[in-house]
Formats: sequence, C-alpha cells, structure tokens
Amino acid sequence: MTSQLWAKISPWQRWRERMVIRGLAFTAMVSIFTTVGIIFILGEESFQFFSQVSLKEFLFNTRWAPLFEPRSFGIWPLINGTLIIAIGAIIFALPVGLGIAIYTSEYATGWWQKVLKPVLEILAGIPSVVYGFFALTQVTPFLQKIFPNIEVFNALSASIVIAIMILPTIASICDDSLRAIPKTVRDGAYALGTRKSEVTLHIVVPAALSGILASFILAFSRAIGETMAVTLAAGATPQLTANPLVGVQAMTAYIAQVSMGDVAHGTVEYQSIFAVGLVLFLMTLAMNLLSQFIVKRYARKYE
Amino acid sequence: MMSQKFTSPILQATNLNLYYGTKKVVKNLNMKIGKKTVTAMIGPSGCGKSTILRSFNRMNDFIDTFSHEGEILFEGSDIYKSKIDVTEFRRRIGMVFQKPNPFSSSIAKNITWGPKINGYKGDLNELVETSLRKAALWDEVKDKLNDSGLALSGGQQQRLCIARAIAMDPEVILMDEPCSALDPASTLAIEDLIHDLKQQYTIVIVTHNMQQAARVSEYTAFMYNGDLVEYGPTTKLFSTPDEKLTRDYIVGRFG
Ligand SMILES: Nc1ncnc2c1ncn2[C@@H]1O[C@H](COP(=O)(O)OP(=O)(O)OP(=O)(O)O)[C@@H](O)[C@H]1O
Ligand SMILES: [Mg+2]
Repeated sequence: MTSQLWAKISPWQRWRERMVIRGLAFTAMVSIFTTVGIIFILGEESFQFFSQVSLKEFLFNTRWAPLFEPRSFGIWPLINGTLIIAIGAIIFALPVGLGIAIYTSEYATGWWQKVLKPVLEILAGIPSVVYGFFALTQVTPFLQKIFPNIEVFNALSASIVIAIMILPTIASICDDSLRAIPKTVRDGAYALGTRKSEVTLHIVVPAALSGILASFILAFSRAIGETMAVTLAAGATPQLTANPLVGVQAMTAYIAQVSMGDVAHGTVEYQSIFAVGLVLFLMTLAMNLLSQFIVKRYARKYE
Repeated sequence: MMSQKFTSPILQATNLNLYYGTKKVVKNLNMKIGKKTVTAMIGPSGCGKSTILRSFNRMNDFIDTFSHEGEILFEGSDIYKSKIDVTEFRRRIGMVFQKPNPFSSSIAKNITWGPKINGYKGDLNELVETSLRKAALWDEVKDKLNDSGLALSGGQQQRLCIARAIAMDPEVILMDEPCSALDPASTLAIEDLIHDLKQQYTIVIVTHNMQQAARVSEYTAFMYNGDLVEYGPTTKLFSTPDEKLTRDYIVGRFG
C-alpha cells in the first residue's frame, strides 16, 4: 500500500546523479592537469636550459649575469636575494604576529576584539603592488633618515613591507592554534595558583607550538614567492651579500624582469627563468613538506 | 536538612547563592567541610555540584556571568573578600578536573611548573619524585620523566594531574568527577590513592558513581536542583538516609 505513496526513482534522476559526479570529477581533473602541465613545462624548459648551461655552473658559479657579456649563470646571488628579504621579513613579522595572536586570543575583549580582526583582514587584502609602491615611496625615504648610506633599492625596505604583508597570515594561524588549546588546560594551570601571563606564555603558547611553526613556514614560503614588492623595492642587482641596506635581486624579481622584457623565446635567457622558477618551486615545495612534517611531529593533540 | 557540625571546618559556605546570569543554580547553601576528611558530593546532573566545587577555589571567576551572594570561609577568612590575592589563595586549594588536562611539556615539568612559578625553594627533582610517588605513578614513569605528559594513558594522565596538584602542597584537593573518563583499573588506582591522600589532605570529590562515593568518602552531601538535601556520614546517608529524596536517588529511582 505505502509503496504507492513513493514515486519511483526516474531514469532522469539517475542520469542527473551521474552527471553531477562526472562534473565534480572533471573539476578535480582540471586542477591535476594544470599542476602536471606546469611542472612539465618547468621541467621541459629547464632541461633545455641545462643543455646549454651546465648544472655545475648553475650551482657553483657565484655570479648571475645572464643578460650581459661575459654571461654567467650562478644561481646563488638570486637565492641570496630571496632569502635575505624573506628572513628579514620573518624576523619582523613573527614576533609581532605572534604578539597580535596572543593578544587577540587571550586578552582582547570588546572594542579591540572587534577592530583588530577586520584591520588584519584589510591588510591581507591590499594588493602587493601597493606594498611595493609603499616601500619605494614611504619606507625607503624613512629608512634613509636612519641609515644615510642606504641604497634607493634595498632589501630592508622590501623585508619591512613583506613583513606587513605576511603579518595577517601569521597572526591568524597563531590565533587559531592558540584558541584550539582547550579551556581545561588553562583551568589546570590557573588552579595551581598562577597568573594569566604565566599561563599564557608558559603553558598555552608552548602547547600551540606546532601551529605557530606552521604559520612561520607558510609565511616564509609566501615571502619567498612574493614578487611585486621585491621587484619594486629591492631592485635588480643580483649579488652575494648579507647587507640588507644594498639592492639585491630576488628569484621572483628576476623572473618578472625577464618576462616583461623583450627576450626572444628559445634563447638561453628565456629558458633561464624556467630554471629559476624550478628552483623556486622546489624551495616552496620543501617548505610545505617541512611544515607538514613539523605539524605531525610536534602536534600532540588535546582531544 | 541534616548538616555536619565540625568545630573548626577548613571550608565553610554560609547562606551561599550562586548564579549564572540571573539563574540561581545553588540556593542558600550552608555547608562545613572538616579538616582532613573526604567529602563526596552526589546528585543528578545539573544540580550544581561543579559550580559549588569551582567556587571553593574561585575558578568561577573566569565565567563572566557568574556571581555569588553569601560567603565562603577558608580557614576562617572570606575568600571573596577583595583583599585576598586569588592566585596566592588558589595555590592552597588544588583541583583535579573531569578530563585529564596535563600540560604538553614533559612529565617532570608538569609537576615543577607550578612550584617554580610560586617560588618553591626546595629540590625540584626530589619534589618530582615524592609527588609522583604519592600519586602512585612513580614506578610507571620514572624512566621517562622527560616524555610529554600527553604521551601517557588517560589514567596515568589523571594521576599526573593529581601529582601536579600535590606538588603545590595544598591543604584541600577538589576533584570533579576525576574518574569519569577512566577505565575500571585506573579508577581503582585513583580510589586507592584517595585513601592514602586523606591522611594529609582535605578532599572534596564530586562523583556520579554511588559505589565510589561509598568506597572513598567519610561524608557525603546529596544535592538536588541547587539545594543541599542531605549531608552526613557516608555510612549513615547510604544506609538510613533521613530524606526520601536521598533514598530514591541512591537506589537509582531517578538521576
Ligand atoms: N558557564 C555556565 N553558564 C551558564 N549556566 C551554567 C554554566 N555552567 C553550568 N551552568 C548551569 O548551572 C547548573 C549547574 O551546573 P553544574 O555544572 O554545577 O552541575 P553539576 O551538578 O556539576 O552537573 P554534572 O553532574 O552534569 O556535572 C546547570 O543547570 C547548568 O546548566
Ligand atoms: Mg559537573
């Protein structure tokens, strides 16, 4: 009797179900094909590059001068440029970002709570070209007052604006991981007769260490990949230096420079950007793997 | 209502009303807790046991909506008086929670952290050993004092939390359903432990397990819907309770 109350599943419904699954599978495939395609082209062009420039020269020469005679293709000055900017940015951003996160997760109430998050979201939404411009027109002139002999293009200025760019990432991941520490753990600490700052710094922050490290690495890999700000602020002088007051060229800045220039396809200069891109890709990949490892290694989860 | 008359109680609630917002969850509580006794608090879920326990060491201060009327005396002085330093006072009243909540640091640091913060001047290694011994955990962990406290089993974690509380040398230990997340063997270990601890400490334990209350406590308080219905020697309360409500509860007719 009741069976009459229920409509039979129509062929149309089955067909629709199949199409939905296929549609979703297709979108998943797009992402896989794109990734594979990009890696393939990176590899292919890099292979062309290394058929003209030896791997030995690439890894052991200390000069990067692909556009002028005598040419040389030692990658280290570019890696140097990238790292000095990224490390500088992290040195500024990590303590501040962690501080913000501790404040928002443990202390801020009412007004601050309401204002801080949106402000950080706005920071995260500012296009990076604006940061680059800001570095050039505001930060560098300011730095010139402190360091009179600083160059117009310099790593420090880029570090500072990238620090501002990655601040929201660090603050928001640290904030999440601090909030994830259960209230019962804090209760346990307070019950021993301890004060808020002690509980926060000695118990809650160490318990959230894996998330804090993950935010650090994610932010670092963003800093490595950042292009606009480093191109505008740090210049185009590939060199081996530990001095943040001089101009350097980061890997991304080199790629941008060559891509925008009128370098002919198939030339070694053209192929060099793929080789540099490959190195950049391997570095970020390594950072991502490292962050996964750290999260697994240090995450002793409270359930 | 029958109440317990201790001449010099360590904790004493007088005309105590406890609120969350406007909701009164503990009503006109008058209760004395004797020195070096084990007192069990029983009663159906939501009757206010945890709220009372957490007001004894002012852990309710962390809940914005919480407020109180009346007074709680600890060693004769009102703990809600503004003069008192809450932090200093909490040191003297240890607490063990329903879910084991060790710190993510090492077993040894779980124990030494509180004393260090509070300026303990004795030998910390010795403190770790004596506290773990008192909590009946020493033999199981003596070779891995540097392992994370979170790497222990649930029962071991709970004993670590008890050791952590003991290390502060408190006068009172409050336990809120300390065995509810544990297997029978660990529960037994902790009940044995309570037997040993009552020589030195005053213990107040909340439990839903009637047998446990009967096994570990000398006095039992039965709460119902925010009221202290009956409070007296455990043997008396479980064999010949004065109140019908108490009898119904302990034979499992409700709750
Ligand atoms: N933070 C809070 N805010 C508002 N109401 C609360 C809060 N904590 C507890 N209550 C309410 O207060 C009453 C007493 O709660 P309490 O936790 O003291 O009960 P309990 O006897 O410990 O119960 P259980 O046996 O389930 O642990 C309950 O009605 C509960 O809903
Ligand atoms: Mg409770």
